[in-house]
Amino acid sequence: MLPGIEYFAAALTPFNVALALGGVAAGTVVGSLPGLTATMAVAVLVPLTFAMAPASALILMGAIYTGAIYGGAYAAILLNTPGTPSAIGTTFDGYPMAKRGDGDLAISAASLASVVGGLVGALALLLLAPPLAEVALAFGPMEYFWLAIFGLSLIAALSEASLLKGLIGGCFGLLLSTIGVAEISSDVRFTFGSRTLLGGIEIVSALIGLYCIPVLIDMVATPDRHLQVEAKPRGFRLREALTISWRGKINLLRSSIIGTLVGILPGAGGSIAGLVAYSEARRSSKHPERYGKGEPDGVQATESANNATVGGGFIPTLVLGIPGTPPDAVILGALLVQGVRTGPNLFTEQGSIVYTFIYGLLLATVLMLPVGLVIGRYAYRSIVTVPKAMLVPTVGFMTMIGSYAIRNNISDVVVMIVLGVFGWGLGRFGFAVSPIVLGLILGAIAEQGFVQAWTIGSAMDDLPGMFFGRPISLGIVALTLLSLFYPLLRARLPARRGVVREASYDE
Amino acid sequence: MRAFASLAGVALAALSLGLAAPAAAQSYPDKPVNYIIPFGPGGESDITARHQQAFYPDMFGQDLVIEYKPGGGGAVGWSQLNDYKGDGYTWMGVNLPHIVVQPMQKDVGFKTDDLTIVYMFHYTPDAIVVHKDSEFQTLQDLVDYAKANPGRVTLSGSGKATSNHIAQVLFDGMAGIKTTYVPFKGTGAAVTALLGKQVAAEWGYTSVGASHRDQVRMLAVAMDERHPLFPDVPTFKELGFELASGAYRGIAVPKSTPEELRQQISDMIGQINHDPEFRKRLENDGMAMLDVGYAEMGAFMAKMTETYHGVAKEAGIAE
Repeated sequence: MLPGIEYFAAALTPFNVALALGGVAAGTVVGSLPGLTATMAVAVLVPLTFAMAPASALILMGAIYTGAIYGGAYAAILLNTPGTPSAIGTTFDGYPMAKRGDGDLAISAASLASVVGGLVGALALLLLAPPLAEVALAFGPMEYFWLAIFGLSLIAALSEASLLKGLIGGCFGLLLSTIGVAEISSDVRFTFGSRTLLGGIEIVSALIGLYCIPVLIDMVATPDRHLQVEAKPRGFRLREALTISWRGKINLLRSSIIGTLVGILPGAGGSIAGLVAYSEARRSSKHPERYGKGEPDGVQATESANNATVGGGFIPTLVLGIPGTPPDAVILGALLVQGVRTGPNLFTEQGSIVYTFIYGLLLATVLMLPVGLVIGRYAYRSIVTVPKAMLVPTVGFMTMIGSYAIRNNISDVVVMIVLGVFGWGLGRFGFAVSPIVLGLILGAIAEQGFVQAWTIGSAMDDLPGMFFGRPISLGIVALTLLSLFYPLLRARLPARRGVVREASYDE
Repeated sequence: MRAFASLAGVALAALSLGLAAPAAAQSYPDKPVNYIIPFGPGGESDITARHQQAFYPDMFGQDLVIEYKPGGGGAVGWSQLNDYKGDGYTWMGVNLPHIVVQPMQKDVGFKTDDLTIVYMFHYTPDAIVVHKDSEFQTLQDLVDYAKANPGRVTLSGSGKATSNHIAQVLFDGMAGIKTTYVPFKGTGAAVTALLGKQVAAEWGYTSVGASHRDQVRMLAVAMDERHPLFPDVPTFKELGFELASGAYRGIAVPKSTPEELRQQISDMIGQINHDPEFRKRLENDGMAMLDVGYAEMGAFMAKMTETYHGVAKEAGIAE
């Protein structure tokens, strides 16, 4: 018997179903446009929700949120540009798939993965919210520091071509993350007296610049079509995507659980969830060499993980009143205005709101499949068939709107273009942009965690205990070492495996 | 009958013309106002603005549109405020001590006097908050422990050079103790550290006590009188510490906004602020209401600036 099942019917009123459907569709469209994030989509909706019942308001905001996280996959697959930071990992294999003519398959695979991830996250919220909320509290500054270091160790996995170039890129990203008014110490750093740099490098506009501008320049510089036109319509290729999902069911499940857990951590978020899931998928794959070259499992790992953060993020939001992700902070604010107070007693005292919402979220997640397949099909067709002469200016225009909209600041557009051209130049010399982005995202998390842990540790006269004496920290350190040295271990393992395989051929 | 109707029509038209003539400002606002929050969505400044947004349309027949311009701890927004048109349709949230302390520290693209503040509507009083399982039952417990163990009491708080940080420096001086302030990214992260027992206590706000009522205990609040929501929590003053401080919020307009419009906007915000239902909602969130209009703003800001200047130097926050 599922908890709060008596509220299932309340979630299924025509009004709530319409909200879930409309929310998912609108969210998908917003998320697919680089620069328009889930946070923004939810914030725009807040005034509309004042007139609604709290449960309906939550369903609408939850639906648009989950839709936006999913929609980020389209731009990642078709334009090599993550529509939201959560979709960074989707570009690694999604874009190579699109390049070889499998963009439609990548979108269907992403849709299925997003639905699975979303369901796992929402079920965790339904069944395990109070105990899982403790995870959010178990993570202190030290754990966030090590988590960021773990994230940075992914650079090693992501830059097999040249580890040195990956590390240089990562360091450059770390440097970028220090520009502007420091988040916790409020020092002004590396602005060189410029008002443009005062607010620092905004992550989303940096993403748009670094990923999208090189693609645009290449589109202009080469005469070929952006993506190949398929010979004849092939439908959704849902059957193929289902086969891939079934074959990769362990990957899907593991990635969804990673996504749920990372989503619970208030300082992390969808981008980290997707990247951790991606590297785990690659590490445990039988064919790690296919990753980064168009492996559908890579797309599915990121997409299931980032949608799982939606349900995961709601856990601390509803149980502790601590927003798990930035969109959750906006949703929490909207609830406060409505007079709904979140906290440990919300599930028991206001069960009608919480459970109606969770069933609504599950419904919205399921609806994401048909809605996503249809919108995805349309997005795919338009990117493939529109001539370059129209595609380039349209996408170029969108990159500017997107990077402006994120903070309503023209400086971010300038930064976006400068970084984009710079990223394109680096690409010529064999540098990948992902390590830079990783450094930029994780730099602030690592720095804050370090400063806080150091401050607390010195106050207690126990710096070694702080850095190396906490069980969760040690676990993350172990994972980091594994991720760093696994390529070396692996280099020895396949040799043996190869021998075995050859032997079996002999038989 | 017909003649009478047309006569009445003419009379009405003349009357309405006559009424409309004295000031164009009477038709203000005739379109939505852009209310810029110089922080990201979901923070306390945003939530406050959302409360105002909910009351605005009924009172003034238009919409209040909230827009975010985060960056540099608010500095990005404030440094650009005067670039907007002063037609009454751009408002921007301002926060104390930020707008006083930031320009003291470094060149952040604006000076405190560049900002035309029309209303300060409330403040969130500083408070020392502990976990409900904490061994500190009273403020005296914490002070005693800190005296015996200098530097060992860790307190999380929202950022540096903020109201929390200034309160910590001031209180340490008054009580003759040494505590360790651990800055976090915003109140949300500082509360998370407290709930996770990463720190011994938090220099937070009364709003933390309101939204995490079941999980935390406030030892004292930095107000002149006890907060209506927490009749059992003493003020610092009662306990012998002259501390009344917090994070103040208000609204500023571009410098080019004409005088009468400044006054009119000030009156509008005052009208929302005096709505009993509005006051009740904000007090339930832990805020303390404040009503400083445009006319009294000069004196208020002079007083606050003087206080912060002294404190910031003492705290080593500014030269």
